[in-house]
Amino acid sequence: MITYDSIQELADRARKKGKRISELVLEDQALHMEQSKDELVELMRKSLHVMAAAAKSGLTSRSLSASGLSGGDANKMKQVVDGGRSLSGKVLSETLAKALAIAEVNACMGRIVAAPTAGSCGIIPALLLTLKEEHHLTEDQVVMSLFTAAGLGMVIAKKASISGAEGGCQAECGSAAAMAAAAAVELMGGSPQMSAHACAFALKSVLGLVCDPVAGLVEVPCIKRNASGAANALVAAEMALAGIESTIPVDEVIGAMKAIGDAMPKALKETAEGGLADTPTAKKIAREILR
Amino acid sequence: MNVFDIIGPIMVGPSSSHTAGAVRIGQIARVVAGGKPVAVTIELYGSFAQTYKGHGTDKAIIAGLLGMAPDDQRIKDSLALAGQAGMSFKFRKSSNQAVHPNTALISAVDQLGKKTIVQGSSVGGGRIVVNRINEINVKFKGDYYTLLIPHTDTPGVIAAVTKLLADHGINIAELNMYRSHRGGEAMMVIETDQAVKAEVVSLIEAVKTVKKAVLIEPIY
Repeated sequence: MITYDSIQELADRARKKGKRISELVLEDQALHMEQSKDELVELMRKSLHVMAAAAKSGLTSRSLSASGLSGGDANKMKQVVDGGRSLSGKVLSETLAKALAIAEVNACMGRIVAAPTAGSCGIIPALLLTLKEEHHLTEDQVVMSLFTAAGLGMVIAKKASISGAEGGCQAECGSAAAMAAAAAVELMGGSPQMSAHACAFALKSVLGLVCDPVAGLVEVPCIKRNASGAANALVAAEMALAGIESTIPVDEVIGAMKAIGDAMPKALKETAEGGLADTPTAKKIAREILR
Repeated sequence: MNVFDIIGPIMVGPSSSHTAGAVRIGQIARVVAGGKPVAVTIELYGSFAQTYKGHGTDKAIIAGLLGMAPDDQRIKDSLALAGQAGMSFKFRKSSNQAVHPNTALISAVDQLGKKTIVQGSSVGGGRIVVNRINEINVKFKGDYYTLLIPHTDTPGVIAAVTKLLADHGINIAELNMYRSHRGGEAMMVIETDQAVKAEVVSLIEAVKTVKKAVLIEPIY
């Protein structure tokens, strides 16, 4: 049994056994959940299909959320990608479009997969689905990489938090980016240790990020933070695949995230009392919506 | 915790606590109220009261009361669907302090005019805790097969009920007893590892001083 106390331990164990992290996590979870590996793979495939459907519908939709605060931005981004007018190249801009798309579907009460939360649901699928398209990966490969994402996510949830109310946005969009980065590294043939470094890079880049949703809704700034979270994951994966290493070991980064989350004032942890939620514009929006 | 707690659940947005959890509170209220309420009043507390419109918490609770699960894409249309299903509803914001910031108190009236009260809190990640059934404070999460057994507080009731479960090879994961006062109204909440068949539920209902037995299937 894996205790999910340390990402380094997961990476070490995978290296020693000559396996990928996803294989270890799948084997362990099949034992833990008393189901076959095939059954778990099929369950995960179902989640991937929901993710892909959300991305697809969000990219074409122009409908607004119930509050009227969000909607249609993914479509704008997608038009830039399809028109070949992207500033940063296809992989990044397509990833951004999908992250916005899925987060907008979430805001409009569409069906998504919490990954790890509803507020951060666009990050992991945006990057993995884009890599699948651009690098011609198989569905099975992407399904397996979700076990790597989930395995690392379990360590983060256990040792720190994946909830904005507990740890701020670093714990939600930060954790999602870290999980996405590690999964992307594995998908692109990187080693378990590279996945661990990618996870560390993504978390380090957003340490201290607060959860300050305008009017308490999962829209502003959450939807755009899904896009920046997906970009963060791509940056982290790219660096790790280049062989760049994290000076601070990944488990210590998670420890730092926990300490920062604990120190963060309550006003900056999803209560909509501080940060962007406390700006004059946000307060005006809140008054109008909550009236 | 398993991988599907992290990549999952599959749900309708925007918020696991304000939407998915709210659907589940509604789902449980529907079962406890006997399956088909015709009029419901929902009192919202704390953050539920503050942000219910933007998070669709109202639509989510109504969807649950109509029998939908958290991944049902009809959730956003549930208020209209309630009308078609012949269920009227009313929402009230409460400024009172609740047991938890995300709490809803649902009063559901069935066709015979019988009223059932269920109060639940959404505690994060779509998980919930039911903390009141009618006048009795309880505590269960809906992650097991859960038997709610209102009865009169008398010696031997627990023994009789647990013996029936044992005789049918059903293992108890957790058992709690709540009562208003000695010899008064009481509620047994039994969570089991195995499914409880309808015939076993009927046998439990035949136990002396047991008023009813309601089985809630796991909602996760």
